[in-house]
Amino acid sequence: MTKTNLTELTLTEAKDGLARKEFSALELTQAFIEAMEQNRHLNAYVTETPELALEQAKASDARLAAGNAGKLEGLPLAIKDLYCTKGVKTTASSKMLHNFVPQYESTVTQNLWNEGAVMLGKVAMDEFAMGSSNTTSYYGNVISPWKEKDRPEKELCPGGSSGGSAAAVAGRLALAATASDTGGSIRQPAAFTGLVGIKPTYGLCSRRGMIAYASSLDQAGPLTHTVKDAALMLEVMAGHDPLDSTSLNVEIPNFSSLLKSDLKGLKIGVPKEYIEGLGDEMLAEVNKGIEWAKSQGATIHEVSLPMTSYALPAYYVISPAEASSNLARYDGVRYGLRVEGSTLDELYENTRREGFGMEVRRRIMIGTYVLSAGYYDAYYLKAQRVRTLIQKDFERVFKEVDLLLTPTTPGSAFALDEKPTDPVHMYLQDIYTVTVNLANLPGIAIPSGLDQQGLPLSLQLIGPRLSEQRLLNAALALEECAGFSSLVKDLRKAA
Amino acid sequence: MSENKNLIQGRTGLWEVVIGLEVHAQVNSKAKLFDGCSTDFGADPNTQVGFFTAAMPGMLPVINHLCVDQAIKTGLGLNAVINKFSVFDRKNYFYADLPCGYQISQFTRPIVSGGYLDIDLEDGESKRINITRLHLEMDAGKSIHDLHPTKTYIDLNRSGIALMEIVSEPEMRSSAQAMAYVKKLRSILRYMGTCDGNMEQGSMRVDANISLRRPGQPFGTRAEIKNVNSIRFLGQAIEFEIARQLDILEDGGEIVQETRLFDPGKGETRSMRSKEDAHDYRYFPDPDLLPLRLTDERINAIHATMPELPDAKRQRLMAEFGLPLYDATVIVSERETADYYERAVAALTAKDKVQGAKQIANWLMGDVFAAMNRDNKTVETMPLEAKNLAGMIDLILDNTISGKIAKDVFLKMWESGKAPAALVEELGLKQITDASVIEQAVDEILTQHADKVADYKAGKETLFGFFVGQVMKATQGKANPGMVNDLIKKKLS
Repeated sequence: MTKTNLTELTLTEAKDGLARKEFSALELTQAFIEAMEQNRHLNAYVTETPELALEQAKASDARLAAGNAGKLEGLPLAIKDLYCTKGVKTTASSKMLHNFVPQYESTVTQNLWNEGAVMLGKVAMDEFAMGSSNTTSYYGNVISPWKEKDRPEKELCPGGSSGGSAAAVAGRLALAATASDTGGSIRQPAAFTGLVGIKPTYGLCSRRGMIAYASSLDQAGPLTHTVKDAALMLEVMAGHDPLDSTSLNVEIPNFSSLLKSDLKGLKIGVPKEYIEGLGDEMLAEVNKGIEWAKSQGATIHEVSLPMTSYALPAYYVISPAEASSNLARYDGVRYGLRVEGSTLDELYENTRREGFGMEVRRRIMIGTYVLSAGYYDAYYLKAQRVRTLIQKDFERVFKEVDLLLTPTTPGSAFALDEKPTDPVHMYLQDIYTVTVNLANLPGIAIPSGLDQQGLPLSLQLIGPRLSEQRLLNAALALEECAGFSSLVKDLRKAA
Repeated sequence: MSENKNLIQGRTGLWEVVIGLEVHAQVNSKAKLFDGCSTDFGADPNTQVGFFTAAMPGMLPVINHLCVDQAIKTGLGLNAVINKFSVFDRKNYFYADLPCGYQISQFTRPIVSGGYLDIDLEDGESKRINITRLHLEMDAGKSIHDLHPTKTYIDLNRSGIALMEIVSEPEMRSSAQAMAYVKKLRSILRYMGTCDGNMEQGSMRVDANISLRRPGQPFGTRAEIKNVNSIRFLGQAIEFEIARQLDILEDGGEIVQETRLFDPGKGETRSMRSKEDAHDYRYFPDPDLLPLRLTDERINAIHATMPELPDAKRQRLMAEFGLPLYDATVIVSERETADYYERAVAALTAKDKVQGAKQIANWLMGDVFAAMNRDNKTVETMPLEAKNLAGMIDLILDNTISGKIAKDVFLKMWESGKAPAALVEELGLKQITDASVIEQAVDEILTQHADKVADYKAGKETLFGFFVGQVMKATQGKANPGMVNDLIKKKLS
């Protein structure tokens, strides 16, 4: 295998290649560092850490040689810049934290390093994970490596908030990436860039050291090329953490070794509320998914989630409420940006006005409003009740079916200069994903095909709490049916 | 119910004082409520600050179960209901010494609700004060404004320390009752070891809500005095506040609902902030912490560790040793004093425990307290060991020394810390109980004062005391006074 196409490997292929000593971790890492340098126009990385990566790769080679390799030994990854990394700048793509260097490591990234992974750098995101297009970052837009067939000059949106993670993996600037999902921030970028993205059950991955957006919804997960890669990444990222009180104390299965293509006998529900009003192209995609599932021995059932239409309003009450509180700590007193003022209140106002971008300020104001005395009952409490009803919707449906099949997004990626300017329209990007967060359930986005412009489309599988293995197995079956990677290879050959 | 004796006579008629107290009691714990860092008092600024305490990005709170146990124990000691389901809320407001921008507290669902304690009033009566709730919360840090002309310094050592906020019903009717309440609460907390009650170090702080009303009328508008850190200041602050409100109301004015601070230097309260600029705290359940669920097993296990509390101990001391109510109340008011007393009683070897226990109480409340006050000592720092006090009482009871000699022995013990028996031996203070020795002394005195004996026999009976005094003098006070009396009586009859 030549050095130039090392970046074309999947995570699992690279792992196998290292095991067979076809190349070294150092060579692999070097290839990615070069790719990063050549693709800076994508603006995927906020902070590149090539020296650290090479050092880690050397250590990995030693461990590989000694025969005590970890599960991710020598595999170069991109880390979303909301995972705190000890001694490496961590910004959440905000001016507020432009100079912030944590003295501690997030649990999820520590889990990766414990298994020998290599960090290429920190990748961009929507500021504090607030956004669905990666256009709210202090460091500018991230560009998707994908191009429309008819308008190759247009810069496309990689999705958000994990836009840098998606662009880095899809653009072959990392084998895989960590991401995080509060309302769809793993699955929507996966859909826009032809990747697999899994948002696990709330509490499966520790939130310690992840810069919080909305604590009751935030969950870590990976962005990868394949379902197999996702299984491997997730099994390393997940695990009980006594330092996160909401972390689940459950045994994490060896997702990757238990992984097998399996839809046989499964009852797959298709929620009618998710299909109504869907455009023709995406509807056809869902129907394709239904046919694949049937061909694999699953049965299809129409189900109803009547609370669906209330999910987005509830989400846009609860998440800003928690955000307004979580982001109160950025006050210019202890770390991060400080803009002086003559009084304490002025220090706060100046710092927060300058440190936070528009979208963050908008959500802080919404959140402050919905929590304020006199409005709490009408907004926050009501939204929490809706959240409970949404959870009950899913509980009821999962008594009838094993998994749900839905679109991941209403359509394919949009051009950055054509993105919806109306924030409410923008929020609709999350319409198929937020219910999963509100219900604390796992969901996985699988690339299913290409639209007429040659852009990826994506299907989502949703499972009951802690059904990750079932979800991965079913996703693998759909992935095999879709044959997305060969579609992409053909596309590249044609290009 | 109005208590007529506490009503205040104003120019325009009678007024009733209504006082409710919120006591912030620091949980006795080596680590903070949500962070493993230390709670030691007096450490250098910002040396006891963990990542969560400093509100570093991504850092999460983890509940300290020992603090929860302490809150449960305190609730049990206040005869309260321990709620098996309680919730931590965020109380959001901006302040430089509040690193997260919110305080984690319990708002709608506290860990403890509905209890009471009985306060002891000066006339020997007791009064039951109901407790609304006890909830756990984290303390804020400290802003220091006077170290620099334009800057404020922040010390986060206190930030995140576990507090129990104990809220009373507005059932106190005078400053004396409020002081008695804090005294009693402090005593109970110290008995249980759930708070050290050290008000100077800020381990206990009191907020007092005070209003006046005409007897039988609804509550008047109240003012809140914040952060009073001594029982004496609390009394002063309440008295000042009553007088202030009385002046306003008698002149037909209205009380403004506001927060006031007590200035111990000037002995007055002054406005801190009014209701108009009061904070909208924007409470909501903390999404980083699951609701706190307690099991019966856990509550029962804590119940099993409960010490005897002051009221029960007082009853027992009165029943076992026949101590008067006043004495028993004084002895049990501080756990250290009660422990000392019981250690002394346990060390007695005299057969008559009741007699000995009464004597120990008398000595403790008399000479021991006086010496402690004089030398500025506490039960813990004074040189007199409980077993030595008991030993001295034993020597009195077995007639080795007289009560008078005991006063000397006590002073010598206080100075030297030595055991009483050794001192009596060393100083030759042993009481003379040998009848023949005493008889010889009596005979000598009577012989020397034959003239006075004649006067006595002629009817001048007041001379009896003179003879006793002379014998005692001749024996350097060591003769058993009872035996001296008896012998003189016999010889002169």
